[in-house]
Amino acid sequence: MFSLQGYGPSILQGTLLTIELCLVSLAISMVLGIITALAKLSRVRAANLIAQAYTTIIRGIPDLVLMLLIFYGGQVFINQVGPMLGYDAYIDINPFMAGVSTIGFIFGAYMAETFRGAILAVPGGQLEAGYAYGMTRFKVFIRILMPQMVRHAIPGFGNNWLVLMKTTALVSIIGLKDMVRMAGLAAGATRMPFTFYLVVAFNYLILTSVSILILNRLNKRYSVGIIKN
Amino acid sequence: MDKHQTALSVEDLHKRFGNVEVLKGISLTASKGDVISILGSSGSGKSTLLRCINFLEMPDRGKIIVGGEEILMETNKKGVNRPKDIKQIERIRTKLAMVFQQFNLWSHMTILENVIEAPVHVLKIPKAKALERAKYYLDKVGIGEKLSAYPAQLSGGQQQRAAIARALAVEPDVMLFDEPTSALDPELVGEVLQVIRNLAREGRTMIVVTHEMGFAKDVSTRVIFLHNGLIEEDGAPAMVFGNPKSDRFREFIAVAE
Repeated sequence: MFSLQGYGPSILQGTLLTIELCLVSLAISMVLGIITALAKLSRVRAANLIAQAYTTIIRGIPDLVLMLLIFYGGQVFINQVGPMLGYDAYIDINPFMAGVSTIGFIFGAYMAETFRGAILAVPGGQLEAGYAYGMTRFKVFIRILMPQMVRHAIPGFGNNWLVLMKTTALVSIIGLKDMVRMAGLAAGATRMPFTFYLVVAFNYLILTSVSILILNRLNKRYSVGIIKN
Repeated sequence: MDKHQTALSVEDLHKRFGNVEVLKGISLTASKGDVISILGSSGSGKSTLLRCINFLEMPDRGKIIVGGEEILMETNKKGVNRPKDIKQIERIRTKLAMVFQQFNLWSHMTILENVIEAPVHVLKIPKAKALERAKYYLDKVGIGEKLSAYPAQLSGGQQQRAAIARALAVEPDVMLFDEPTSALDPELVGEVLQVIRNLAREGRTMIVVTHEMGFAKDVSTRVIFLHNGLIEEDGAPAMVFGNPKSDRFREFIAVAE
């Protein structure tokens, strides 16, 4: 029957690492995404160009290639620059950091497009009323723009989040012990690949389903004051 | 307080959008308690004038003085006129409450939240006091029972009255109305005009950009007619309507009636 041959705990550990990866990458991508979206909408030309270059490059290169570039390339780069700055010891890139920063960096570009669209969907008069009553730009952003853009951002954001979660499976190639890697090890040792990859598939499905539930809740919460016809 | 004190003055205001000069040198002074109606056909620059007064549009040239305080402007490297100190603009804006044509109530907040937003988050008034004030003004405009509704659940007339309560709640020195009844269904215009009329009677200083001739005639202390970015007619309503100096204003009244 269905037995994990004692590999249950290690798969569970891998699953926890996957969840950690997802959440940290998500946080990075959201911060990068909102900054990039604002840069794209800014009146400062240099900010537009940098943001445009970032999203164009990231969205045009496969995630796997980027991850390898950042992990191996970053390693070489840091160890060339380190000695120049008087730092002689060999620096090892922490694979977790490499993983989350790469995924965060990639999805920052996708989030930027989602956020940009959501910001543009908020009627200008809403922001203008904020300014007219003496709010600072920051206050208008926090009190009016953010709460109103969430509703417009959620569909695109949800898509990005699901794809981001599934992309974390790639980190197994740079040596991170996420659930895909742990399943691979178990599958190799027991010669039961179907069993273990099925478990992993099922785990992903649970994570994504829970996400969808949470997103639906959020959508409801941020749609107050909106009348559906 | 001296009733004839100056609340607001505008001197030689200019504004252009691209090649079109919308305001070609407007000067006007509002004393405390004045209700000034600004009339003019579309494109005459009347809304732009109002929006320049609280710097939603940046004037290209000219002076604006609110309650004796001049807003400091400077010319940047590209030759664009801009405020020297955005903090000053933000402070001045709290003294000039604006009522918009499209109401612009914040759609994600209830009516009560809309009305306490600026008092609490801009003026830093204690929440309990702001709530009390909000309820008072919402009662005053006749929608005291709609506190917990969202703007989308109200009629246009109710929304505009809520927006007026929002303006009153910051206890401004001057109220700016930008065509407050133009977006309303005809049967809802009356209730909003009635509220504005009552405010005028209380002696509030107001500048009202409007198409409502009746309102301009009966309620305002002064009528200004704008044409092509210049003031064509300026005076007490009886005088302006009774004996217009400009032919264009004569035509304007004739068309309106």
